[in-house]
Amino acid sequence: MTVETAWAEAMTYDNRADPYPFFAELRKTPVVQVADNLYVVTGYRELLALAHDPRISSDVRRSPLAAHLAGDAEPPAGVEDLQAHGGRQPSIIVSDPPNHDRARRQVMRHFGPPHSPDLIPSMEPGIVGLCNKLLDDIKARESTRFDVVDDYAYPVPVTMICKILGVPRADEPTFHVWIRDLLTGLDLGPDAATDEGRARAAKGRAAGAALRHYLAELIEQYRHQPGDGLLSDLVNDTEGPDGPMSPQEAVSNAQLLLVAGHDSTVNTISNCVMTLLRNPGSFELLRQRPELIPRAIEEVQRLQSAVQFFPSRSATDDIEIADTVIPKGAAVHLMYSAANRDPTRFANPDQYDPERPDNEHVGWGSGIHTCIGGPLARLEVNLTLETFLRRVQSPRLVDDPPPYRRSHIFRGPLHLMIDVDHITD
Amino acid sequence: MRIVVDLNKCLGYAQCVPLAPDVLKLLGDEALAYDPNPDESQRQRVLRAAAACPVQAIIVETYTPAEGDPM
Amino acid sequence: MSAASLVAELVAAFRAEGRIVIVGASLAGLRAAEALRERGFRGKLTVIGDEPHEPYDRPPLSKQVLEGWVHPDHTRLPRRRAVNADWRLGVAATGLDRVNRQVLLANGDKVDYDRLLIATGVRARPWINPREAALEGVFTVRTCDDATRLQAALHAGPRRVLIIGSGFIGSEMASVCCKLGLPVTVTERADGPLVGALGGVIGDIAARMQRDAGVDLRTGVAVEALEADDGGHVRQARLSDGATLDVDVVVASLGSIRNVEWLEGAGLASGFWGVGCDAGCRAFDINGVVTDNIFVAGDIARAPHVLYEYQFISMEHWDNAVSGAQVAANNMINLETERCPHLPLPMFWSAQFGVNIKGVGVCSFGDEIVFTQGSPCERRFAAAYGRQGRIVGAVTFDHGKWLDYYSALIERSAPFPPPPPGYDQPAGATPIPARFPDPRVPTEIPTVVLTGHDPTTRGAEFRRRS
Repeated sequence: MTVETAWAEAMTYDNRADPYPFFAELRKTPVVQVADNLYVVTGYRELLALAHDPRISSDVRRSPLAAHLAGDAEPPAGVEDLQAHGGRQPSIIVSDPPNHDRARRQVMRHFGPPHSPDLIPSMEPGIVGLCNKLLDDIKARESTRFDVVDDYAYPVPVTMICKILGVPRADEPTFHVWIRDLLTGLDLGPDAATDEGRARAAKGRAAGAALRHYLAELIEQYRHQPGDGLLSDLVNDTEGPDGPMSPQEAVSNAQLLLVAGHDSTVNTISNCVMTLLRNPGSFELLRQRPELIPRAIEEVQRLQSAVQFFPSRSATDDIEIADTVIPKGAAVHLMYSAANRDPTRFANPDQYDPERPDNEHVGWGSGIHTCIGGPLARLEVNLTLETFLRRVQSPRLVDDPPPYRRSHIFRGPLHLMIDVDHITD
Repeated sequence: MRIVVDLNKCLGYAQCVPLAPDVLKLLGDEALAYDPNPDESQRQRVLRAAAACPVQAIIVETYTPAEGDPM
Repeated sequence: MSAASLVAELVAAFRAEGRIVIVGASLAGLRAAEALRERGFRGKLTVIGDEPHEPYDRPPLSKQVLEGWVHPDHTRLPRRRAVNADWRLGVAATGLDRVNRQVLLANGDKVDYDRLLIATGVRARPWINPREAALEGVFTVRTCDDATRLQAALHAGPRRVLIIGSGFIGSEMASVCCKLGLPVTVTERADGPLVGALGGVIGDIAARMQRDAGVDLRTGVAVEALEADDGGHVRQARLSDGATLDVDVVVASLGSIRNVEWLEGAGLASGFWGVGCDAGCRAFDINGVVTDNIFVAGDIARAPHVLYEYQFISMEHWDNAVSGAQVAANNMINLETERCPHLPLPMFWSAQFGVNIKGVGVCSFGDEIVFTQGSPCERRFAAAYGRQGRIVGAVTFDHGKWLDYYSALIERSAPFPPPPPGYDQPAGATPIPARFPDPRVPTEIPTVVLTGHDPTTRGAEFRRRS
């Protein structure tokens, strides 16, 4: 198999349920060129080195894939006068220091320590309450089959991120569709070249534009009338050392936080349930030893990284690594999902081991772009899984593998149907 | 319970802090401070925080000596 | 029976029935004991410590303990496994008899060993005038008992705190005083804080940081005398520039002294900078001959390092204690081919004035510094140290997530200055002299020091400037 073929196979939707053999094939050369101006990094050590190398830029405008990734469509008519919509600014994930550092500090001021240390911990009772309500609702349906994704995993993070950002929960049905279409349309694999692929991309661009427009209006509203939540705080913060965030930049970061703030968490929760049910005895083990739950979650994230890679990076200089020279200007994909199964770093890398020692996986990224919402996501996944383990009796997978969502970046089951004996109170 | 954070490994990711806010604190943007002997009631939170550390710098006791017995 | 199988049998017998004594019951001693059991040593294990406490962690003492958040008793180290040792706590080792393989204790006991691990670490360097050092209100900080007393004194609301010496620990304590709202003066003989470890360029930044936080920092100044009231409590300090300060608490933060006195006469290469050992933690004797049965780990170890021209390096670093203990434990119970080297890249950290300072390598081995990333004036940056065209160290202020990049460069002796980053390059990023103080000028003693090539060298001595 050529590396070009292995890369295409890893990216194609037909292999979404198990792209790992193709990553293993690619990893024979830990840093390898797979196309013109595109290098993929699948070795753990090489990935770590490049994630910390200041000659690797995350600024998507510098990437040769910029045009492909921008996802721009014509803005809807009538928004020209909306200040927050014009002059698009990159979000933190696609920008470099010093702007990245400044913007991340501005966001963190309203999201976590040291300035807002209580926000995430204060979500705990709400998360547990919601988990219980969802299971109550499933129980009330008197069916022993349900979809872990739609019925249980999805509502928790979306409710929480709406609350934190100050996005009306009532608008969820609308932006849910936009986000789905946006992520479905972002395809760097061979499927993008088909007619269906082009249609998905066009639909994704339109959805992205609509989502931005929606957030721009919301932020504009908060600028004139401050309210509760991070978005309002972000654009009205006059006390922080870095001042308020510009509305244009706030829109980009709002989109990032809204999408990443729930979509990847849904995948992580689903991946956890799926992995436990795939491995006989695992569900019971965690029930008996709940102290293993936090490590089990990290092990699932290692095995099934919810963000498999993020395609914005490029080299700002010729970089020699692992007998390869990445030329200046080339796009560089750090493949977290592949590095997480590097056998030179993780013994029996394809096996699930909740007691795996020294599990320094890169499923939440590494370096300055490490997941900003990681603590919130982990709290949600811990509490969701704890509640599930406590109340759901004898769950079994209906389909394995389950149907997958289309994205090869934000990878996870579309649905995860399970049969259960019953749900306890 | 007892913990120690290897602050050489710690790079200030602060992924841990919100998961055990009574035990772990961030001073400024990056420096971690912690309570080395938190109350037993914090155990599950500390385990969540320890698992979350990207560089596995939080070392949690795996053996508890009996009171007054340093064996 | 072949020689090989005979040797294997001897190793097995030692692991089952041998006697290992660890002198020093702090971080290195504890981790060595755990590692010995982990790696299959089942014989008699004795751990000797002069403090009555079970092993505890020291870095929190100058930070969260002084601040009052964490109780001084609450820094006991987590255990990784049962070690089933004979813990002789509260009794110091006073001598070593290598001929009879015995450690002599302060209470007259003698403890037999087949193999010995020296992990007695360091103690705080006291204020130079013993009479003044004994005054009420004059402190050093090394042990949890020290921290208990100083914490109480700080929380009693002193008029002013004087910290003598502005190395990492002195600066951390000044930061705590600021946080507690206490007026604090720091005196430093050198040009600025942290200069012994990081040089004058970084010292200037640290000085601004202290002054911005409200510290009364006085550089190029020594404390001449401490004066007491009738009750024997310190009330005034007289400085070399003629100034006097009204103070109720004085903390001497002058670095440390290696606990080597108990080895006097034992014929080991022990001295000012610790006990010389090879990269496998085996102690050298006074003639530079490596011993078979005596190993060294932690702050007291002094070993040659491949990255620094094989000079002996002495480091009081947390991870050096942990990794040194593990290597020593491994090498104590294995034969030559299974032995491993202890060649850590030195790393250190300090949290002060809300800034996380991290470093890697031996910065003071360099003579030039270049700011590579971020903004020095905002105290968010990375800087690299170079010597003769290669990178030897790096320091970050609130830029720790980049440190691994510099570690990798130092490990492979990459060219200095390193290639420019693709973004966030500081203005005027060209190498300049790092301005380390002349080693003969007494300053606080840095926590990592290159101490020459001779295993028995006694190196520099700390003398009061006349």
